[in-house]
Amino acid sequence: MSILHTVNKSPFEKSSMDSCLAYVKAGSAVLMYEDGIYGAIKGTAVAEKISASDGVKFYVLGPDLKARGVAEDKIVDGIEIVDYAKFVSLAAENDKVQAWV
Amino acid sequence: MSEQIKKFMYVNRRAPYGTIYAWESLEVVLIGAAFDQDVSLAFMDDGVYQLVKGQDTAEVEMKNFSPTYQALGDYDVTKLYVEKESLEERGLTLEDLMPLTYEDEDDDWAEKDSIKLVSRAELADIMDEQDVFFSF
Repeated sequence: MSILHTVNKSPFEKSSMDSCLAYVKAGSAVLMYEDGIYGAIKGTAVAEKISASDGVKFYVLGPDLKARGVAEDKIVDGIEIVDYAKFVSLAAENDKVQAWV
Repeated sequence: MSEQIKKFMYVNRRAPYGTIYAWESLEVVLIGAAFDQDVSLAFMDDGVYQLVKGQDTAEVEMKNFSPTYQALGDYDVTKLYVEKESLEERGLTLEDLMPLTYEDEDDDWAEKDSIKLVSRAELADIMDEQDVFFSF
């Protein structure tokens, strides 16, 4: 059973992303949006944890990157940048959604 | 009777857009600028994200208030302390921030940088010198 995990809080202010990464299993997906997108930037302690999560697919919402001035080349390799339509598709494709609010 | 000028520091620790703190701080800074105090802004923790350049909020349908930081110099708000460690922890450098400048009336209106990159220890010392904090 696949789970879509969503994170919308900054990993530097709240523990939501850490909790998510502690619970996520191979075959599941993680979508970062709103202030959660700061977790997708290269060169941080969070980026290292993402890179070490084998078998988990990571997504980040493009419009929230743009709003915050985060260029695509600053995103950790392997994280897919998605639009709102893909956000909906991910929610539909997975069996359930866990929002780490 | 002359009133004593106080040192006001606005302490910004939140990212823009996810919450209203950053925008509220900016509004209070602009209102407070009318009171002729010695004003400075500190950007630490997630507050450093407020100054990241290239913000474009069209697709999230929110107001992009980042251009307003450019106007602070015209209100004599010319000391924006950005904490180096907070930038580094977030994978950012000074190059990722908007260039913010002011014209120094005491130096033939020379254009100078408003952003001052300081260490955590330096910022702690600067905070020690303040009279009042406004915390966001």
